[in-house]
Amino acid sequence: MLKATRTLIAGEAHGEILELDEPLSFWGGFESETGTIIDQAHPQVGQSLVGKIVMMTVGRGSSSASSVLAEAIRDGNAPAALILQESDEVIVLGAIVADEMYRTVMPILLVDDATYRDIASLTAAQVSADGQIDQR
Amino acid sequence: MPLTLDARDQALLDGTAGPAAALAMRVVVRTAESMEAEHLLDITGAHIDSCLYHGQAGLDFAQRLAGDGAQVSVPTTLNVSSLDLLHPELYRGDDHTRDQARALMNAYEAMGCEPTWTCAPYQMDARPRLGEHVAWAESNAIVFANAVLGARTHRYGDFLDIAAAITGRAPAAGLHLDSARHATIAFDVSAVPAKLLDLDVAYPVIGHHIGKLVGSAVPVIVGAPAGLSEDRLKGVGSAGASSGSLAMFHVVGSTPEAPDLETACGGRVPTDRHMITAADLRTARDQLTNSTKANLGAISLGTPHYSVPEFARLIELLGDRRIHPDVHAYVNTGRSVAHELDLRGWSTRLADAGVQLVTDTCTYITPVMADIHGTAMTDSAKWAYYAPGNLGLDVAFGSVEDCVESAIRGEVVRNEGVWADA
Repeated sequence: MLKATRTLIAGEAHGEILELDEPLSFWGGFESETGTIIDQAHPQVGQSLVGKIVMMTVGRGSSSASSVLAEAIRDGNAPAALILQESDEVIVLGAIVADEMYRTVMPILLVDDATYRDIASLTAAQVSADGQIDQR
Repeated sequence: MPLTLDARDQALLDGTAGPAAALAMRVVVRTAESMEAEHLLDITGAHIDSCLYHGQAGLDFAQRLAGDGAQVSVPTTLNVSSLDLLHPELYRGDDHTRDQARALMNAYEAMGCEPTWTCAPYQMDARPRLGEHVAWAESNAIVFANAVLGARTHRYGDFLDIAAAITGRAPAAGLHLDSARHATIAFDVSAVPAKLLDLDVAYPVIGHHIGKLVGSAVPVIVGAPAGLSEDRLKGVGSAGASSGSLAMFHVVGSTPEAPDLETACGGRVPTDRHMITAADLRTARDQLTNSTKANLGAISLGTPHYSVPEFARLIELLGDRRIHPDVHAYVNTGRSVAHELDLRGWSTRLADAGVQLVTDTCTYITPVMADIHGTAMTDSAKWAYYAPGNLGLDVAFGSVEDCVESAIRGEVVRNEGVWADA
């Protein structure tokens, strides 16, 4: 059974798994209008994150990522869920405010390295409110 | 241990001070829970990044708070916005975005924030001191507050900044705590030639290199000349906060919590020790250039906002020369520094030389630059990092000396001498 070590934002989601090869800054690296990666230096530039369970080890870059992520969640262009290895308050804040303002929840889970690799090997998954991750 | 709230916190959460304070406290509490804080602490000030427009969500949040009558409870400065209110003619975006951006700025002013509109609040007279707890957002300001001022802020994002300013409280966690401020990874630059370490351009490059390696860890730099200037430390921090998540660093002999290596590391000197070579720095420098075009269309300096000493250097380098007529030259700065330029007569000299000042905002976050044909050159690793994606520009990174010489000649020229041995 795959389980988060901590649930930063609790909620349910499902979607395709997308493991990012490098951390992404949601501000400057991601466009909230389209939900795609626009960081020219990112190996997955052009890739859409919309509706996917997006995995990255850590967050990166600008404080404005919170605003961009909240706007993407409001506009329906956000990942279905995020899976991280280290907590990132900049990312979490975007999800907190989207929940407070629009009652739209984008779960954020913290997992250990082994669990991270196991999840990354899946094609699609389902996230439960208690932090459990199941193949789908 | 779960989060324990004191009676004041609980009262705010319960809505005794109105719905805006309750919403702000919910944001603080939920952030504190995600950080596993056991309690909240008082802050003495805040710096707000949320005033930069990124879409409807940020405006909805600010207008909800302001509309419900929220007021900040501590002195609060505002980061760059999307508009240059002193040079409004530069704005080339659409009217809707401009109006939304202005509405966002109005909401933050209505909550009692000071209209400072700068990403370098640490260049103003009133700034937090060693050991003071603050809630700062804007990645370069966060790392400067922690590393250079020795003030204490976690790496906060938008929304927590204003929520903390309204409630006067922040999570007692992360970089507010001694334990999280100690270095766990060391970078030794003593093998880098002294003539390179004598140049300002080395420092954003060091920051860019380190930022890619540290993740969210706190690094300590050893082997650098003692007493590095605030502008050089700004260069390290802002670059590392763009290429990575740098929110705190030490430089032995330069930053206030690093009189020596042992102190910077809390008595436990890290075994994780990296030698930085000149070749590493050359590679890092080259990563900041994506343009191969020789003709120059623009230079952009001042990301983060240029300081008075940085302007002094620019004035000195320009002498009585003028920018090439085909080149647009921009320098971003804050209002307090712009005022100082006026007093010194430098604003006129810069205008005469063909340099356009940009205040309240920055050239890489809002459409103020003219149509650029050719390379855009910068002395900022942060600008070089973001401008290709944000603006679609071909960018070359160089020293301020390179930028000025290039801008006068109308083509990219770089003094490779100091990098040649690398």
